[in-house]
Amino acid sequence: MNHKTKAVSLSLAMLVSAFAWNAQSHADEATGVKQSPLMLAEVSSANTFNVNLKKPKSRNLPPAEDGIHDPENEATHSLQHPLDAYKGLPTSEFGNYVDWVKALDEGKLRPRWDRSDPNEEPFVLDLDIVRPVKASVPDVVFPHRQHTEWLYCSNCHPAIFIPQKNANQISMSAILLGQKCGVCHGKVSFPIETKTCRKCHSKPKPAGWTPPLSEATLKNPWK
Amino acid sequence: MSSKIKRNVLKSMIIGVLAYMGALGAPQPAQAEYADIVINNYADAAGMRPAVFPHWFHRIRFRCKVCHTDLGFAFKAGGNKIDMAKIIDGKFCGACHNGEISWSVENCAMCHSGIPGQPTHFHGSTVQRLIAPAYKPLQANDAKK
Ligand code: HEC
Ligand code: HEC
Ligand code: HEC
Ligand code: HEC
Ligand code: HEC
Ligand code: HEC
Repeated sequence: MNHKTKAVSLSLAMLVSAFAWNAQSHADEATGVKQSPLMLAEVSSANTFNVNLKKPKSRNLPPAEDGIHDPENEATHSLQHPLDAYKGLPTSEFGNYVDWVKALDEGKLRPRWDRSDPNEEPFVLDLDIVRPVKASVPDVVFPHRQHTEWLYCSNCHPAIFIPQKNANQISMSAILLGQKCGVCHGKVSFPIETKTCRKCHSKPKPAGWTPPLSEATLKNPWK
Repeated sequence: MSSKIKRNVLKSMIIGVLAYMGALGAPQPAQAEYADIVINNYADAAGMRPAVFPHWFHRIRFRCKVCHTDLGFAFKAGGNKIDMAKIIDGKFCGACHNGEISWSVENCAMCHSGIPGQPTHFHGSTVQRLIAPAYKPLQANDAKK
């Protein structure tokens, strides 16, 4: 390195650090917090799209590539590829990307109701429970039929739900935290996401229904 | 001067390639099948890989009722405190993995197939996908018990 380039790079470095210091002191003034030196690259990358949007790159991967099975374990390579198992089953847009309810209804699957007797039939109860919802989304219909095809009464009653219409407090935040319907939905049965809202919220609101106004709006003197 | 530029270009190319390889080698988020469970209350400590239970595979063969009513699996990943003593007594996985309904227990690596060091967790749950859950997921505490 000759003297000239040394001098140029030195002054460049000083310029950059001066900028950084300047930005740093402004940030300190604004927030009142002492921060670690500001990196210019970090500032720009904070402002991109999809900071919080994580999309899966692919679906139904074979066990050896799925990130939880160890590919160095030889038996991992003997495990079944989900797509081999799902061939011919009705599809969906979420979860396992299989419509498990339709698969039973169409007779494409006949999972056992008893551990060893393939001829035992489930005890199916055909009873819909409608739960009116205060918000603008359609009312919730809970269908016993699809549930009792898979589950027994004691899986839900009385530990998760008291078996009495509207005796249970259910809210969306409880469900998202894994309680009530969220004990299963969002874990094994279909997940809670934009594409599934209408599976539960399936009964349209009566004509002319509008959401109730909040108290703050009703009392608003400037209205 | 021109040789210096060449050297600098070369240097930045090497750095670029290294950074790219680093990004590839960095741990990728798991993309396992929805409802797969890694169970690791004890396995790691005993030098075994964690067990992996695939719901999708079993629900094709059995309704939920078989395991969650008849066999008494509680709805909680890691919550049943499964161990090998219970399995060889015919409880939990051992109710089927006994050489009659399904292949038997000597096929250790079929169940113990997880990447070592993973905590007990439920893969793909809605709770995990929340950007800012307002509470601690159950699974994080379960692993410590
Ligand atoms: C997946 C969970 C689940 C399963 C399994 C289940 N139920 Fe229910 N059941 C519910 C829910 C949710 C309600 C509505 C409670 C509410 O509205 O607060 C309900 C309500 C009821 C009611 C009250 C109906 C009314 O009009 O008051 C009865 C009776 C009932 N269930 C019986 C059964 C029987 C019998 C079985 C087994 C064949 C069964 N349930 C299986 C979730 C379930
Ligand atoms: C004990 C577990 C469990 C609970 C609790 C539960 N579900 Fe389900 N639900 C299932 C299973 C299993 C299916 C079958 C489909 C699947 O696995 O995705 C199902 C299917 C459904 C379907 C039918 C979808 C279709 O394609 O026809 C609706 C609607 C539904 N659940 C709503 C609810 C609501 C609303 C609640 C709460 C009041 C609830 N579920 C609570 C396990 C459960
Ligand atoms: C597993 C079934 C299920 C799914 C899926 C579901 N909901 Fe709900 N939702 C319910 C139930 C049950 C209630 C409570 C109804 C009541 O008040 O009895 C509810 C209530 C609500 C409410 C009223 C406020 C509250 O917390 O009670 C809103 C808004 C709502 N859901 C929006 C959504 C949106 C948006 C989605 C899709 C991301 C969604 N729901 C998916 C079952 C479901
Ligand atoms: C059907 C599936 C299955 C098979 C086959 C199996 N295990 Fe396990 N094993 C489990 C599960 C599930 C656990 C609980 C994992 C945990 O919580 O850490 C477990 C736990 C363990 C543990 C730690 C707990 C304890 O019991 O001390 C050891 C060690 C272990 N297994 C060794 C073995 C060996 C060796 C074999 C083969 C002879 C084997 N396992 C076969 C499912 C299986
Ligand atoms: C072959 C047995 C088997 C079948 C069939 C089965 N499960 Fe499971 N399930 C398990 C095991 C094992 C666990 C984990 C228990 C543990 O780690 O202690 C589990 C855990 C769960 C959990 C707990 C998730 C949490 O919060 O940690 C839910 C919910 C669940 N299963 C729902 C279902 C539903 C719904 C079905 C039917 C569609 C079903 N399971 C079918 C064996 C089974
Ligand atoms: C209700 C009976 C039942 C229970 C309980 C059960 N399994 Fe299985 N499992 C089966 C059957 C049946 C097969 C398929 C066997 C065959 O291919 O012949 C199987 C296969 C498997 C496979 C291989 C899947 C593949 O890709 O080939 C794994 C892994 C497994 N079970 C793990 C477990 C673990 C871990 C547990 C306990 C947490 C458990 N199972 C509990 C019945 C059961």
